[in-house]
Amino acid sequence: MPAPIRLRELIRTIRTARTQAEEREMIQKECAAIRSSFREEDNTYRCRNVAKLLYMHMLGYPAHFGQLECLKLIASQKFTDKRIGYLGAMLLLDERQDVHLLMTNCIKNDLNHSTQYVQGLSLCTLGCMGSSEMCRDLAGEVEKLLKTSNSYLRKKAALCAVHVIRKVPELMEMFLPATKNLLSEKNHGVLHTSVVLLTEMCERSPDMLSHFRKNEKLVPQLVRILKNLIMSGYSPEHDVSGISDPFLQVRILRLLRILGKGDDDSSEAMNDILAQVATNTETSKNVGNAILYETVLTIMDIKSESGLRVLAINILGRFLLNNDKNIRYVALTSLLKTVQTDHNAVQRHRSTIVDCLKDLDVSIKRRAMELSFALVNGNNIRGMMKELLYFLDSCDPDFKADCASGIFLAAEKYAPSKRWHIDTVMRVLTTAGSYVRDDSVPNLIQLITNSVEMHAYTVQRLYKALLDDISQQPLVQVASWCIGEYGDLLVSGQCEEEEPIQVSEDEVLDVLEGLLVSNLSTPVTRAYSLTAIMKLSTRFSSVNRIKKVVSIYGSSIDVELQQRAVEYNALFKKYDHMRPALLERMPIMEKTATNGPTDIAQTNGETDSTILDTKHLPSITQPASQANDLLDLLGGNDVVPVIQTTVPTKPASAGGELLDLLGDLSLTGGPTPTPAPSVPMSQPPFLLDGLSSQPIFNDIAAGIPPMTAYNKNGLKIEFTFERSNPSPNIAVITIHATNSTEADMTEFVFQAAVPKTFQLQLLSPSSNVVPALNQGSVTQVIRVLNPQKQQLRMRIKLTYKYFKSHNKGSPVQDLAEVNNFPPQSWQ
Amino acid sequence: MQFMLLFSRQGKLRLQKWYVPLSDTQKKKISREVIQIVLARKPKMCSFLEWRDLKIVYKRYASLYFCCAVEDQENELITLEIIHRYVELLDKYFGSVCELDIIFNFEKAYYILDEFILGGEAQETSKKNVLKAIEQADMLQEEAETPRSVLEEIGLT
Repeated sequence: MPAPIRLRELIRTIRTARTQAEEREMIQKECAAIRSSFREEDNTYRCRNVAKLLYMHMLGYPAHFGQLECLKLIASQKFTDKRIGYLGAMLLLDERQDVHLLMTNCIKNDLNHSTQYVQGLSLCTLGCMGSSEMCRDLAGEVEKLLKTSNSYLRKKAALCAVHVIRKVPELMEMFLPATKNLLSEKNHGVLHTSVVLLTEMCERSPDMLSHFRKNEKLVPQLVRILKNLIMSGYSPEHDVSGISDPFLQVRILRLLRILGKGDDDSSEAMNDILAQVATNTETSKNVGNAILYETVLTIMDIKSESGLRVLAINILGRFLLNNDKNIRYVALTSLLKTVQTDHNAVQRHRSTIVDCLKDLDVSIKRRAMELSFALVNGNNIRGMMKELLYFLDSCDPDFKADCASGIFLAAEKYAPSKRWHIDTVMRVLTTAGSYVRDDSVPNLIQLITNSVEMHAYTVQRLYKALLDDISQQPLVQVASWCIGEYGDLLVSGQCEEEEPIQVSEDEVLDVLEGLLVSNLSTPVTRAYSLTAIMKLSTRFSSVNRIKKVVSIYGSSIDVELQQRAVEYNALFKKYDHMRPALLERMPIMEKTATNGPTDIAQTNGETDSTILDTKHLPSITQPASQANDLLDLLGGNDVVPVIQTTVPTKPASAGGELLDLLGDLSLTGGPTPTPAPSVPMSQPPFLLDGLSSQPIFNDIAAGIPPMTAYNKNGLKIEFTFERSNPSPNIAVITIHATNSTEADMTEFVFQAAVPKTFQLQLLSPSSNVVPALNQGSVTQVIRVLNPQKQQLRMRIKLTYKYFKSHNKGSPVQDLAEVNNFPPQSWQ
Repeated sequence: MQFMLLFSRQGKLRLQKWYVPLSDTQKKKISREVIQIVLARKPKMCSFLEWRDLKIVYKRYASLYFCCAVEDQENELITLEIIHRYVELLDKYFGSVCELDIIFNFEKAYYILDEFILGGEAQETSKKNVLKAIEQADMLQEEAETPRSVLEEIGLT
């Protein structure tokens, strides 16, 4: 068989290939030749073949059939073979391969070879890709070599030890004795690798760290070495642009950082040298700046004196003005880390940082943006905001979301005036409207309702913005909500802050209807605008137009819209008397923590104004996102008062029961008919200790006597009590309604209201027919929270249909006060 | 350092050194991604970029990109110096190194790298010492190969 072609020739040949296919062909041919050569167990050319294989592997072709050959090469006695063999092992064999372990013995032998270059090869291979098993087996050999006087081997052994420790941390202890006099070496290679080893040990183990601090007196040694490096004259061997061994300097500084962190003594011992390095290092080239950078990081991390810290920040400030982008980048990164602790010092460089917002480099811009937000405070808010808004206008889309959120946060914290705040918010919505986060819409609405005196101004500006552009959904949503709420202010033309615009009701309705039909509007936006239109029915006089719109959407394909429209229709038809109250102006929303419930006095059934005084908020601000609806079900935010829990009053909706569960999304702030098979709607956590479990009818255990709450016309309602164990403030009342007359009572609805200091929750009734002649009862559970332990009182309202012999069933309604609660139920 | 890649402006890999254990497919994927990202950078941009949880430090020398992936706490500026030192070593060894030298002598490029960096950290900070070691190892390689031809020459085989 002819001798396999040389490596160079192969490379040359392959490079002449003009297409990928041609190349593949050549490679396949050569691979076949190599394979057969391997099969022949040819020692002479194995080295050459593996080298070619490695080349082809680099081009991206499979080379796994060469793995065993690498092992054979490693085992060979020839240095050339070993060199290629180890290279092949590092490229083709990683610890995932099974054959990997076969290397262990070879490496062990080579670690003890007579030629240091062979030892070097094996140390290198072990240190680059040795698996944990290999490391365990060979750690002893490495440790031995760590103590040798041969600096060539010693430095390699040190880095090999680092790898061993990374793979098998438990073995760290065994290297400790060998580190004793590592730093007394003169050889820079050994010094450098020793510092790396010590760093690794200190980072991994606090015990090691304190050992090195106290027992070994590491800091003074390092300080001495560093001093020598700086003070010594020109050393050609280690010089880089006039600086002596910058790699070693940086490594020492890093180790000093770890030693000095949180330790006063160590920090003090290094103060001088740090100051020296910081002031004496040449800054004209990258090398010097690399050392300064490391010095600054160290100064900021240890317990340095304030003068030193100021020095460090000033260095960073100088970096910011450097022409070299890389330097500016590291400066911004470091300033970001220190802005919390040394806020004032960093503030001094604010204008330079803000200038970096205009840099062309993406990474620098991002850093500058983060830093700018960190630097915003009450004093500079106006100026900073101007810059940030300008940045928002012109930055990449990736940044816009973060920038917008940052601006909102900053505005919230430091807004000098409400008008400024609203203006800023509007500016963000109009420039980066599609990038704002979802939760900003409810937050903004809350902000707007809170600024009562700005309502007219806000709605006017939002209206004008809508006229310009309806593509940015968050803006549109906020605007339609506001128009719905404050539409009357809009048409009445009262605005103190700016020139009031003349707009008629029809124009407003045009705009809102436009949103409904526009392709740009998302379903969520459409829901907002439909509700807004509905609200205007109490604020505008063109009720008929509104009625028409609402009824059209009663057959909309979008189920959400359809449901709303149908419900609103019902409001017009059956519950028109409720409409004004329901659609009244929203009360001021209190700021809530994102997940916290607000105080909700959940009353049932009362349609007079007492309900509307209650604050029931987060749900109102959420009507938009349907995704949140499910969260509501699972115990998220609080919900509109649950009134009735029966289905029959609800007009038939095509959506089916499932969607009914999502039904309480109305913005109207009043009770809406909610379907029965509920879902104990989410309640404030303190009322809730388990969503759906009804308390067992067990008044005896609770020891509170039952009572008769109502007894009239044959309908008797009894209350039985139970204390809810986890929360003693909660009384669980089960009502039992029985009917002693001769006819059933159908469509039975029980409603209850409690004074403001209580909170009440009504769960679903067992049924809504109270059978005649006491043949059965309707039970329903009420949970009452009584944190102030006041006397419990309740007003109840009963409605049902009573079938007398001669008519279909006349509705009966009755109100009663229940005052005879046993003291144990509320004490 | 987690890995170092050398690639041409067309995206062809000329050298890849991995200091973390990864499968071949993973290595290929990562290389592709990193090469793509680095090649997309404009000339005026800074030499650092964030990628996944690592920092990529890269520098272009003539037609070759030298690219290192380092952990978050590494000093980027000194990494640039490391790259530069490696280029200087190659330059000294090959005498005005160019891409072709590295293509045709890739195994030598690896040997030099392995004398300079071990396990992701620099093992020797003196240029002279690294080159001396390589020189000696090369001589050792030659000695291993010449005896045969000498013996053949005097006809003793």
